[in-house]
Amino acid sequence: MGGMAAPQVAPVETPDTDEVPAADRPWVTIVWDDPVNLMTYVTWVFQKLFGYSREKAEQLMLDVHHKGKAVVSSGARERMEHDASQLHAYGLWATVDRS
Amino acid sequence: MFRRRGDRYVATFAVDEVRVLRKVASEVVGLLTDGFDHSDPVVCRLFPEAYPEDAVGTAEFRRYTEGDLKTAKIDQAGAILAALPGDSGGEVRLDAEAAEAWLRALNDARLAMGVRLEIKDGTDLGAELDDAVADDPSSSRVFQLSVYAYLGYLQESLLNALID
Repeated sequence: MGGMAAPQVAPVETPDTDEVPAADRPWVTIVWDDPVNLMTYVTWVFQKLFGYSREKAEQLMLDVHHKGKAVVSSGARERMEHDASQLHAYGLWATVDRS
Repeated sequence: MFRRRGDRYVATFAVDEVRVLRKVASEVVGLLTDGFDHSDPVVCRLFPEAYPEDAVGTAEFRRYTEGDLKTAKIDQAGAILAALPGDSGGEVRLDAEAAEAWLRALNDARLAMGVRLEIKDGTDLGAELDDAVADDPSSSRVFQLSVYAYLGYLQESLLNALID
């Protein structure tokens, strides 16, 4: 190996998160608090739709209840729109946004 | 109220309960068919804007999802109408799929009534009902509030039976 010139490759910089163009950032589905939906029902919907454990679903439900909203899934925009429309079928108040 | 019996979810309804359930399920179907109107706050709640700050995005989203969503909501209200006994009281037996349709339909009915009754976070239903009764015991608000409370208990009993 000796004698071979080291290849001249500039190190690739890992961009900081806030330098990622907006168009490449993932999307999120947000569920908002509302005064009608039963807490047990919201937990059940999160388990049912996303396959979350009881603990995780309950924590998300509590976040929605106490903080007014929670991110329940993230990924490609089409996927988030699918999630939002599923949540609407169950009567949850869901919106889609950039993360 | 619902109980689990084997792989079925069973409840016995008095004739008044059957009438109330038929009425609220029919009202949801009516809302989604005759004169479906996005400016109606109930429709707004059942079909939320996916992008609250982006009217174009919301319109696109609706174009692709609203037809299916409307059909699903009409079908789930139809699941209540289909399972109710005739013009008398009687037993309702649901399989798991029908039970889930009932859950979603009861939730839609409660959402619709909650908007009309202006239910807010922290609304004390008992106190609201007491006030309404003191005001006029024969008012439509007294009736609507008791139906709203009843649907909540019924939904919770079905949910508990499903989770059990």
